[in-house]
Amino acid sequence: MKLGREEIEHIARLARLGLSEAETERFQSQLSDIMENFDILQEVDTTDILPTAHVIEMENVIRDDKVAPSLPQDEILANAPRQEGGYFRVRAVLE
Amino acid sequence: MKYETVIGLEVHAQLLTRSKMFCGCRTDYADSLPNTHVCPVCLGMPGVLPTINGQAVEYTVMTALALDCTIAVCSKFDRKNYPYPDLMKGYQISQYDVPLSHHGWLEIEVNGRKKRIGITRVHLEEDVAKLLNRTDPSGETYSLVDVNRAGVPLMEIVSEPDLSSPDEARLCLMRLHSLLRYLGVSTGNMEEGSFRCDANISLRSGQQSFPKVEVKNMNSFKSVYLALRYEEERQRKVLEEGGSLVQETRGWDDDKEVTVAQRSKEYAHDYRYFPEPDLPPLILGSEWVEGIRAKLPELPVARRDRFMVQYGLSAYDADLLTSARDSADYFESCLKTSQESRVKSLESPSLPHRTLDSRLQTPDSRLRWRAKAVANWMLGEYLRLLNLETSQESRVKSQESRGGGLQTPESRLQTLKITPEHLAGMLDLIEQGILSTTLAKQVFEEMFHSGRQAAQIVAEKGLTLISGTEEIAAIIDQVLRENARAVADFRGGKEQALKFLVGQVMKATEGRVKPDLVSIQLKEKLG
Amino acid sequence: MNFEPVMNPYDLTIAEASHLLKSRRISSVELTRAVLDRVSSVEGKLHAFVTVTENLALSQAEKADSRLSSGDATPLTGIPVIIKDNICTRGILTTCSSQMLRNFVPPYDATVMEKLNSHDIVLVGKGNMDEFAMGSSNEYSTFGPTRNPWDTERVPGGSSGGPAAGVAAGEAVYALGSDTGGSVRQPAGFCSVVGLKPTYGRVSRYGLVAFASSLDQIGPLARDVTDAALVMNAIAGHDPRDATSVPHPTPDYTRSLIPEIKGLRLGIPKEYFVEGMEAGVKQVIQTAISRLEEMGATIEEVSLPSMKYALSAYYIIAPSEASANLARYDGVKYGFSVQDAENMWDALEKTRQYGFGIEVKRRIMLGTHALSSGYYDAYYLKAQKVRTLIRQEFNQAFERFDALITPTSPTVPFKIGEKVEDPLQMYLSDVCTLPINIAGIPGISIPAGFVNGLPVGMQILAKPFAEEMILRIAFAYEQATGWHKQRPPI
Repeated sequence: MKLGREEIEHIARLARLGLSEAETERFQSQLSDIMENFDILQEVDTTDILPTAHVIEMENVIRDDKVAPSLPQDEILANAPRQEGGYFRVRAVLE
Repeated sequence: MKYETVIGLEVHAQLLTRSKMFCGCRTDYADSLPNTHVCPVCLGMPGVLPTINGQAVEYTVMTALALDCTIAVCSKFDRKNYPYPDLMKGYQISQYDVPLSHHGWLEIEVNGRKKRIGITRVHLEEDVAKLLNRTDPSGETYSLVDVNRAGVPLMEIVSEPDLSSPDEARLCLMRLHSLLRYLGVSTGNMEEGSFRCDANISLRSGQQSFPKVEVKNMNSFKSVYLALRYEEERQRKVLEEGGSLVQETRGWDDDKEVTVAQRSKEYAHDYRYFPEPDLPPLILGSEWVEGIRAKLPELPVARRDRFMVQYGLSAYDADLLTSARDSADYFESCLKTSQESRVKSLESPSLPHRTLDSRLQTPDSRLRWRAKAVANWMLGEYLRLLNLETSQESRVKSQESRGGGLQTPESRLQTLKITPEHLAGMLDLIEQGILSTTLAKQVFEEMFHSGRQAAQIVAEKGLTLISGTEEIAAIIDQVLRENARAVADFRGGKEQALKFLVGQVMKATEGRVKPDLVSIQLKEKLG
Repeated sequence: MNFEPVMNPYDLTIAEASHLLKSRRISSVELTRAVLDRVSSVEGKLHAFVTVTENLALSQAEKADSRLSSGDATPLTGIPVIIKDNICTRGILTTCSSQMLRNFVPPYDATVMEKLNSHDIVLVGKGNMDEFAMGSSNEYSTFGPTRNPWDTERVPGGSSGGPAAGVAAGEAVYALGSDTGGSVRQPAGFCSVVGLKPTYGRVSRYGLVAFASSLDQIGPLARDVTDAALVMNAIAGHDPRDATSVPHPTPDYTRSLIPEIKGLRLGIPKEYFVEGMEAGVKQVIQTAISRLEEMGATIEEVSLPSMKYALSAYYIIAPSEASANLARYDGVKYGFSVQDAENMWDALEKTRQYGFGIEVKRRIMLGTHALSSGYYDAYYLKAQKVRTLIRQEFNQAFERFDALITPTSPTVPFKIGEKVEDPLQMYLSDVCTLPINIAGIPGISIPAGFVNGLPVGMQILAKPFAEEMILRIAFAYEQATGWHKQRPPI
């Protein structure tokens, strides 16, 4: 299937991905080609076939409700681009 | 045109586990410094993996069973994708198409009539980080992120749109709240945000349904009620004035008591759910589920009904007492202790029980009398003193709403000095005619503060009833002499005057006589 | 074996080096210095590393030497290793060859690192890779491509190109890579080393920066099959921090190193000999298959018809999972962050625009699209159903065969720049390796010969948790042919 420019922009918005004009154009043609190749999947009869999300058949992998030590605050914040008073600082978050 | 209101609730409750949903960090962050209950897993650092807290699964299944839900044989976690600064991984681990449970119900009482509210689903997910808005000296606004809350197990309960008024919504929410506290799966603290409620509300007229509004930011039972009432009215007005409604999200403003349209999200939501590849599915065997069911405590509705039948309590008293498991347990402990001490006192030859009146003649009527007495003390003096103490400690805990009952202050009953044994002991004294109800108030208050036993207080303070008939007769005579006017009034047919005279006798004896006894003797004297 | 005089220490295998270390004929410090010298002399031409941890390596070597002298050393004690730069190393830069993480220092070790460190290994450095393991040529590293030591005009394969090239060129004795669609095996084939992708769940993924969580698996890159088995002994096993790691007991993989394959049934899946496969590659693999037959294995062609859908299914599933896995890079908690922006959303989008490279963005776009409303059923769900069919076909094949033999890649190493602008061509280089990631089964690539001096890898696949079978066949072939002893001309 061919993807329109609007679709590329919509996908980028969903992914919170800024794209340059050149990237948008490039992706429009490349993703269209790639998706077109994927259409081969539509010829597979998957009636009554269940999807596989996990290749290893395991279930109920749970842990006990036990407390483990957290990291010290300074280690948690060590990689933070911006911090203030023990918090991560970000641009204003408004709805 | 006549409009019907249609409301559905979506409740999020933090679960009372020790560790977070997918890592070992502690969940008790309330009084902690920011970002001190955080590890690479709940911070969403590169390469880390979640592991499922089994206790959270158990708590969710307990809740689902208490709501008569069907437990999914095979359930799984999914990723819900929505990048936001409070969401550490850019997706929330939640449950999508196969939640842990579905199709349950909850019963509320509307105008004395029982109504079933459908429960769509109960599922498990993780809480997000806390965002705090700040303004720096230059006036620039920014936000701070505290990750302590991120990853705390969060149970989502979604109701069917079966509620037809704000009052029903409030009732349903309270029932749900007390249920979670009963099960011990959540603190239910709304102010601290461990119990949160959003609501969908729309109007309907015959076959026609109007667009629904999602209401958020309601931080108490009262604001849920007020917000829905406001919204119901607002929508009705728009329609009546010929306007049209839009499907939207509105936030409740607690100060202005209005709902405000939230700026429509910059981007449309498309959560792109897909199965969480890091977590294998949950397959809950029926044996395991039945094991959880067997461990369920008696639930509030059943217990309330039993209180009414077994103890003869009014619906109102039974409702209040069973609204929290603590208080219902406390209540029943008092009665159990009473029965034990009763057996003891009957065996003891030194204690007279001559004042047992007819109400106490059969074991059943005696139990009912004691039950009513315990209820009265708990819902009367008890609450008064608790609230007094609470306000003195200036713990600003607003009364959640009418009907909050003994739920606030939180779980205080267990830590109080006055135990069920104390209360039962005091009732024994009253029952045995040693202590009057009037004087009992003093005893009660003393017990409440000091934790000493009633018998001890009564003995020390000389608060026993005057039991000698002659002694009482002498006091009555003196009161009659000093109140000739009232005596005349009574004889002239004024029944009121008798009450006054009884009061005078009580005053003269500092309450150490039983008023009904005085009343009988007075009538005899005044013939 | 005769070690007199000691050959270039950097050319030793783990087994050889360990023997010399334990017999004190060489110290770990000497070995480490030899390797670091080698790094100094060839790294300028290869660029196999993102970070060389020279000082750490030497201090670890000293520590290893004291353990060696105390006599409780393991085969890995004191042996220099490259760790792919998407495996978290506590206190050491872990960049995923991305602008996004170029300053990221994890406060934790991956489980495999904890395990290796318990052997007192020597970390030479972190291996260059395609950004976030997305790529088949190492050209998508933000730090520039790694070059193939057999021909520096050519790619080493990817995404574990740095580790593979480094091991081939003597910049370390072995390496850990990660394999999501062939990222260990394809570069192993291109660099003529051994690369094993274990069964999904066999090795803990904790601390491996996630690309596609249901496909990712850490595996060894080594100079021979024995070394691969030794590394597996160290890294395999259950990890309570990874809910997808299996609790099965771990065997001693060296016990499967028996040079005997008589009577084993080997299947040759015809779909692997795809259109576009180079004649030279096909020739090498057919020769190798004949050799296996001469050694006593029975050879039979088999058809796995769904394999032709594997590439499409893979390039839907992997990017879908990646689109979620990479959503955490928002410039708030760690990593690259654009501050010069209009508002929060703008900052987020710019951070991701400038923090990610072109292939990562392409895959995020692909995956986001495949999962989005209206396309989910046709793409993501369909791919997961095809995945079921692919697993079923492998399962059926393994009822008849002990293992399957295929080429690792349809081509020999290609020229740098040749495919970088053509994503579909690039994706095709994984066509032989990615089916087993979809099915979760194990596979190895071992050196099988050369075409005009360029390496060709042979792939051996077996059923889940049959790494021992794979190692046995690989070992037997290796002993019979000796391709693994060839060293690149660099």
